[in-house]
Amino acid sequence: MIEIRNLTKRYGALTAVNDISFTVSPGEVLGFLGPNGAGKSTTMKMITGFLAPTSGAISVCGHDVENDPLAAKACMGYLPEGAPSYGEMSVRTFLEFIADIRRLSGERRRTRLDDVIARLQLGSVLEQMIETLSKGFKRRVGLAQALLHDPQVLILDEPTDGLDPNQKHQVRTLINDMSKDKIIVISTHILEEVDAVCNRAIIIAGGKLLADATPKELAARAPSGRLDDVFRQITTGQKNAA
Amino acid sequence: MHNIKGIFRREFSSYFATPLALVFIVFFLMLAAGFAFQFGRFYERGQADLAPFFSFHPWLYLFLMSAISMRLWAEERKSGSIELLMTLPVTTWQAVIGKYLAAWAFAGVALALTFPMWITVNYLGNPDNGAVLAGYIGSWLMAGGFLAIGACMSAATRNQVIAFIFTVVICFGFLLSGYPIVLDLVSGWAPRVLVDALASLSFYTHFEAISKGVIDLRDLLYFGTVIGVWLAATTIVLDMKKAD
Repeated sequence: MIEIRNLTKRYGALTAVNDISFTVSPGEVLGFLGPNGAGKSTTMKMITGFLAPTSGAISVCGHDVENDPLAAKACMGYLPEGAPSYGEMSVRTFLEFIADIRRLSGERRRTRLDDVIARLQLGSVLEQMIETLSKGFKRRVGLAQALLHDPQVLILDEPTDGLDPNQKHQVRTLINDMSKDKIIVISTHILEEVDAVCNRAIIIAGGKLLADATPKELAARAPSGRLDDVFRQITTGQKNAA
Repeated sequence: MHNIKGIFRREFSSYFATPLALVFIVFFLMLAAGFAFQFGRFYERGQADLAPFFSFHPWLYLFLMSAISMRLWAEERKSGSIELLMTLPVTTWQAVIGKYLAAWAFAGVALALTFPMWITVNYLGNPDNGAVLAGYIGSWLMAGGFLAIGACMSAATRNQVIAFIFTVVICFGFLLSGYPIVLDLVSGWAPRVLVDALASLSFYTHFEAISKGVIDLRDLLYFGTVIGVWLAATTIVLDMKKAD
């Protein structure tokens, strides 16, 4: 369960996230939609405890992110925007490091490592330095890192950015496979992705929550029945009003 | 403890994953030995001790430790891996300690590799090996002080060059305040207490004291405090502006 109440983040005069509230339950794959600079990444950074909110509260798996950050972080897997990692490490040593910090040991450690390596098809590059990998592989290493401890909650910031169509398909299949009992939040500005993997979509722009519905319901709001049209209508309408 | 160990291991091995470690160690050994023989007149003075070797360490460290510490946090910030690290279930304090200890241990490895100096002086004469050991301990503690300052500067910026320059400037201050040139300048007009306070703030004063062979609790306490304070500052700086 993720519960977000009146979340606000200000940078000086700029309000990046403006009084957002929502909850996500297990089984939901929430698509976080919005134009660039809408506050998607900022919100995700606050959920994962990287940024402190200016006001408001976030709880993940029943743990308040500000007051009990370690417990909250332990039940989350996070793919930051751009999938940063340690370039001078090999894929194997990097995943071993994450397994150390996630306190995986013995049999479980082995099965988890084997599982993510197989799922993300990293077997062929295990001994390669991460900085020498292609963008697609780097992204998959980032996903592997987020999935390693089989977390209850997955926060993925633009998980398919930079992947080719086949890889995008693979990642979407991966997300669908995992979605049954987990909470997954993905941010994206690719609308077809929302159709493909999400069963709920939130649109934010200018830091405000503008829509919260299933992708079908959203699409039905436009006369054309297309999600792009709704997206444009909602997000540009906001801009004109502001 | 578990987390500190994990971060330490990752960081420490990252030094050796690139040519950085090799380049650094070769430079350090060449300069340390070169200074001792050339400027320290290691042979000519005809004394079996390592004083000419240790006396250049403060100046070597001024640049070399700053070079180690500049990447500690600036690189994490630049590559974005800081976001990964800080969203793992570790506290900022654990990350600061783990990374710092890795840098300090690396400096220790470089220092330990100067052991041929110790062998040489034992071959040439009968040095007081207790004093030599004290010199090594003092030198390593001083390296720790430099690195703690450098860690803090590195945490404050994403630019390694800026981190380097600020570290050199601040460490220069911490060094120079103990040298007679500066103290003489001040002692003409300032009260005695101020001069003593200034001198006791300096790395140089405490390093000198230890490397004479006397390991005084006060000197250990001094380095412990300096390291602790700067690492606490590093933690605060990171918490304040980790996302910038």
